Amino acid sequence: MTDVINERIESDYKAGFVTDVETDTIPPGLNEDVIRTISAKKGEPEWLLEWRLKAFAVWKEMQEPEWAHLKYPKVEFDKVSYYSAPKSMEDKPKSLDEVDPELLKTYEKLGIPLHEQAILAGVAVDAVFDSVSVATTFRDKLEEAGVIFCPISEAVHKYPDLIKKYLGSVVPQKDNFYAALNCAVFSDGSFVYIPKGVRCPMELSTYFRINEAKTGQFERTLIVADEGSYVSYLEGCTAPMRDENQLHAAVVELVAMKDAEIKYSTVQNWYPGDAEGKGGIYNFVTKRGICHQNAKISWTQVETGSAITWKYPSVVLKGDNSIGEFYSVALTNNYQQADTGTKMIHLGKNTRSTIISKGISAGKSQNAYRGLVRMNPGAENARNYTQCDSLLIGDQCGAHTFPYIESKHPAAVVEHEATTSKVSDDQLFLCQQRGIEPEKAVSMIVNGFCKEVFKELPMEFAVEAGKLLEVSLEGSVG
Amino acid sequence: MLTIENLHANVDDKAILKGLNIEVKPGEVHAIMGPNGAGKSTLGNVLSGRDGYEVTQGKAFLSGKEILELEPEERAGEGLFLAFQYPVEIPGVSNLEFLKASMDAIRKYRGEEEIDSVSFMKLAREKCKAVNLDQNFLKRGVNEGFSGGEKKRNEIMQMMMLEPKMCILDETDSGLDIDALQVVAQGVNSLRSPDRSFVVVTHYQRLLDFIVPDYVHVLADGKIVKSGGKELALELEEKGYGWIEGEVA
Repeated sequence: MTDVINERIESDYKAGFVTDVETDTIPPGLNEDVIRTISAKKGEPEWLLEWRLKAFAVWKEMQEPEWAHLKYPKVEFDKVSYYSAPKSMEDKPKSLDEVDPELLKTYEKLGIPLHEQAILAGVAVDAVFDSVSVATTFRDKLEEAGVIFCPISEAVHKYPDLIKKYLGSVVPQKDNFYAALNCAVFSDGSFVYIPKGVRCPMELSTYFRINEAKTGQFERTLIVADEGSYVSYLEGCTAPMRDENQLHAAVVELVAMKDAEIKYSTVQNWYPGDAEGKGGIYNFVTKRGICHQNAKISWTQVETGSAITWKYPSVVLKGDNSIGEFYSVALTNNYQQADTGTKMIHLGKNTRSTIISKGISAGKSQNAYRGLVRMNPGAENARNYTQCDSLLIGDQCGAHTFPYIESKHPAAVVEHEATTSKVSDDQLFLCQQRGIEPEKAVSMIVNGFCKEVFKELPMEFAVEAGKLLEVSLEGSVG
Repeated sequence: MLTIENLHANVDDKAILKGLNIEVKPGEVHAIMGPNGAGKSTLGNVLSGRDGYEVTQGKAFLSGKEILELEPEERAGEGLFLAFQYPVEIPGVSNLEFLKASMDAIRKYRGEEEIDSVSFMKLAREKCKAVNLDQNFLKRGVNEGFSGGEKKRNEIMQMMMLEPKMCILDETDSGLDIDALQVVAQGVNSLRSPDRSFVVVTHYQRLLDFIVPDYVHVLADGKIVKSGGKELALELEEKGYGWIEGEVA
């Protein structure tokens, strides 16, 4: 019996602990002074402060979008703290030995050991804790290949030309409400540059952790893959269990130059709130990539966390023959709500895009796919294929599909397929008759449903994603 | 092996089984025949614990253990296997994955170690061959896009892998051509042993040419109305179910 109980406890949200570190957290509220403070704390150059202030001015004029299929109380932006960092990071530790052991322990507990000898071979990690990056591994090895992988706050100083050129080039300050907010207050995130013709020798990964209460995380990631280069990047995220909702508004920009390829995978496991819908992260994210000639960008996401998810990783297919892909699994349970999908903007000739979206709703959750495929007048011979499948578990949840297709070129081909199915009693009974417990059976059936997406993930993460689904489905049957 | 005493069961508040008794000893094969609507499929579903089948009276013992209070997966763990009349598809879950999960679960229930992957693969390939299924079937989704015959052979393949004590075949012959029928029968016959029993539910005598039963029971209106040896099946084939119903009335 104790085994059974232990299993139940263990399979709860495993990342829900709090790390006890002394922090430097600025008081809640947002005004120009706060932005100046953040910029000063990071010792930023004047141009970046100006850039932030311009974004803030734009944001003040903008309205919070309300078109999504989401219901939640308005975020009180003046009650959020926009910067929090562990005090021990003030002196900028030069190596892992100087990093606060409490922080290292946090990542170890999350299964991301930062000591290189303990890490998954072939994966370099940038660990972001609240508003700062605490460590980036394998930097020397990457530098040998000419690859830059560092916190964006550091890149501002070390590679100002690259940052000036590309920051905001894909997602401009005035893009949308949350992106503008991010531009004004972004704290840390990763910067990646892959030089011409280089195939990045290892997987790059950033692990985002929100720790401090009443704090928002506003990270910014910028990946530039120069001509003919290749990189595979993975992002993971968790947060402690707290009763109040916490805000996360990130921006990710990808630039794939001629013949380059970027593969961007996300396993999003922010705290989803409890079974009654209390607490959880509000996740408002803008992710977009631009493809130049013959380039390819592939987004793969597994979304199991957050109370609210608002996220549409997109690709602008600017160059001829470029390719955009979006593979998504979004699972909602209990009172979670997700409005997620993608935008594929076809500008160039012979551009192709593929969208495979798998939405799974359980409990009392609401899960919406929202996707836009636009074929511009120049998109001769462009093609899109969209497959959008929803799976329902139980009869109190909802699945919704909002596809938008705008074709301005007569020869463009857009295909859209959608299905909705239920985990049937017959399927469950077959599994049970073969000895498999109902919860295990549901997770097996759901994993089968998601197979097309999981096979796009790097292998270690595909296994993790499968396990994550299992945990997230806890209590969805019976 | 299997003892059913005075079993009454309802479906949607309608009485389907009305006092069924049967005793199956280890190693025996019992055939249950009967007209449509007699409650043949209900028996398999009630014994294996499917939702929607309500036991109102009576008991069933598997190797002396009362099973009607157990969860379906626990009954499977106790060694009960139901070969389905209409096996469902589970898209994206490979046969291999499904079989491994199933074997692991049943072994865990029995307090045994999980089977290692190498032995498991060897066993799976062997059993695939035994029912004339190409090995590619192992990688395909459970019953996904299988023909009727392939689905039934897949059921027998699962039975061979799990080696249950008590097998119930629910109209396994329906929709099978003669070749597939023979493959299925061969599979079942190869599993016959002194410590394993079968209840073969069928509408037609045809299957019993290949799986020769020790006893034949006729189920009509929720009760066993006549029992006999294998020759009873032939008699039924000749005279039709009307004969029994007339005799009982």
